[in-house]
Amino acid sequence: MSVRVYTSSKSYRAGQFFGGLIVALIVIAIASLLPLLPWYKLNPVLDFIGMHPWLNAFLKAFVVVNFVALHVLFLIWLERKFAGWMQARLGPKHVGWQGLGQTLADAIKLFLKEDIVPAKADRQLFAIAPFLSFMPTLLTFMVLPFSAAWIAYDYDLGALFVVAVSTNVALGVLAAGWGANNKYSILGGARAVAQLLSYEIPMVMMILAVVTLSDTMSMKQIVLRQAHLWNIVAYWPVMIPAFLIFLTCALAELNRTPFDLPEAESELVSGFHTEYSGMRFAFFYLAEFANNFFSAGFAVTLFFGGWYGPILPPVVWFTLKTLILICVMMWIRWTLPRLRIDQVMGFCWKVLVPISLVVYCITALIALK
Amino acid sequence: MGVKEKPVTKEEMESWRIPIPGGAAIIAPVERVAQWARKNSLWSLTFGLSCCAIEMMSTAAPRYDLDRFGMIFRATPRQADVMIVAGWVSVKMAPYIKRLYDQMPEPKYVIAMGGCACAGGPYRDSITIVKGVDHFVPVDVYVYGCPPRPENLINGILKLQDKIAREHVLTRNGDRAPHREPIIIGENA
Ligand code: SF4
Repeated sequence: MSVRVYTSSKSYRAGQFFGGLIVALIVIAIASLLPLLPWYKLNPVLDFIGMHPWLNAFLKAFVVVNFVALHVLFLIWLERKFAGWMQARLGPKHVGWQGLGQTLADAIKLFLKEDIVPAKADRQLFAIAPFLSFMPTLLTFMVLPFSAAWIAYDYDLGALFVVAVSTNVALGVLAAGWGANNKYSILGGARAVAQLLSYEIPMVMMILAVVTLSDTMSMKQIVLRQAHLWNIVAYWPVMIPAFLIFLTCALAELNRTPFDLPEAESELVSGFHTEYSGMRFAFFYLAEFANNFFSAGFAVTLFFGGWYGPILPPVVWFTLKTLILICVMMWIRWTLPRLRIDQVMGFCWKVLVPISLVVYCITALIALK
Repeated sequence: MGVKEKPVTKEEMESWRIPIPGGAAIIAPVERVAQWARKNSLWSLTFGLSCCAIEMMSTAAPRYDLDRFGMIFRATPRQADVMIVAGWVSVKMAPYIKRLYDQMPEPKYVIAMGGCACAGGPYRDSITIVKGVDHFVPVDVYVYGCPPRPENLINGILKLQDKIAREHVLTRNGDRAPHREPIIIGENA
């Protein structure tokens, strides 16, 4: 019996690459045609929505929730494809075109699976934990500026709001770990909380640095200040280390390899979601990938000029930059091995916190001038 | 619980497509969608028992790549759909495997990989080896060989997918009598 080994064929790879390129170009072309559509015909409708705050709020929430749920379908596919390419495999291939239906199949299957609650679990905590970890993620999307107009709620204290809300993920993770009444779960939950809270400090420092430079906490204003030069270019001596620290902390908060200790398969079966099956587990996954998109989007907002870019419409630029940053995160994830727990905590408190303090002080000096 | 013997045909799939202005909507029976989803996302439990496990790992590794069929290995039984018993099962090990099987949520499937897991293999005369895992868990697919080549295992997985596509959505595999519908993959089978 012989098997055709696709990966060894150069022409096949080239075909795959150019196929992807063509699809990306088509998506961009369609997106750039959108502003030409007769949007003015919608004006009466938009006026009506604008006059009713409850309807307005409902519609915005509807759009945000759907965006979060749907883009995750794509992101998970991308992650698996990316992992495949990194390991000289093909990744999902036979479900739908190039495996695009894979995540949909996974989601439907998880939805239909038996929902097990362990006999000795704390039922209420167990049931509420997935939502506790998903809600903060959903809330942070409300202030993510896709463009000057495409922001669900332009909150004056946007950056502070993000910091305040996103840390609550820890609550959900700890609830999951405690509620399942399983030793691996509680260990995973405790690790996740320790890691989340300690990496929050350098991360907040770096957000504060950008806020100091742009004199505002509103996400929209932060981007508007970068109309001519991205922060990372304008203040490169401080912003490049700031971005690197931010990226490291973001990876740690997302529990992604090299920092995926809370879910380390070789030590704790599956960490805090060991006892979760079916739909509840899918919520954890959803939260993780939505969080991933948000962290990348937040980094783009803070350092890479948000929606600014030539020719293409702002929304496309923002999404493109975010996707590139997500790919960088995946690249790191599938390259580096996992750290040990003491290394992770030591790295944060002995290296990142001092460096971030120094970077912040220099930023403050620059801002004083 | 009845088993639907009818696999999905091209014509049936065409009949689900409903043209609407500017594209098409697809309306399919829930059962078919469920079968499609289950069949295409078989997550497997990460565990290996002996020499066959090496072959199972190489099936998941780059050259054969199980991820193409949407198969990934999950560490916890709560998130797994299929259990690949790869290798011999000693009498001491059997209760743990049974326990892992019981911890998996429905619907769940078992693939017995290799001569040992199917019927005892080279250790058939030993007193410490269970003569086939179907003594304590219901097996869906038997893949023979010592060890089976990765192509054989993939063949078994595809046969299992076929079976899921025909199965009633509400089938509970834990209750099922063993040997009901054995699928045997092997050199002479
Ligand atoms: S069938 Fe052969 S290769 Fe597989 S576990 Fe038994 S002895 Fe080892």
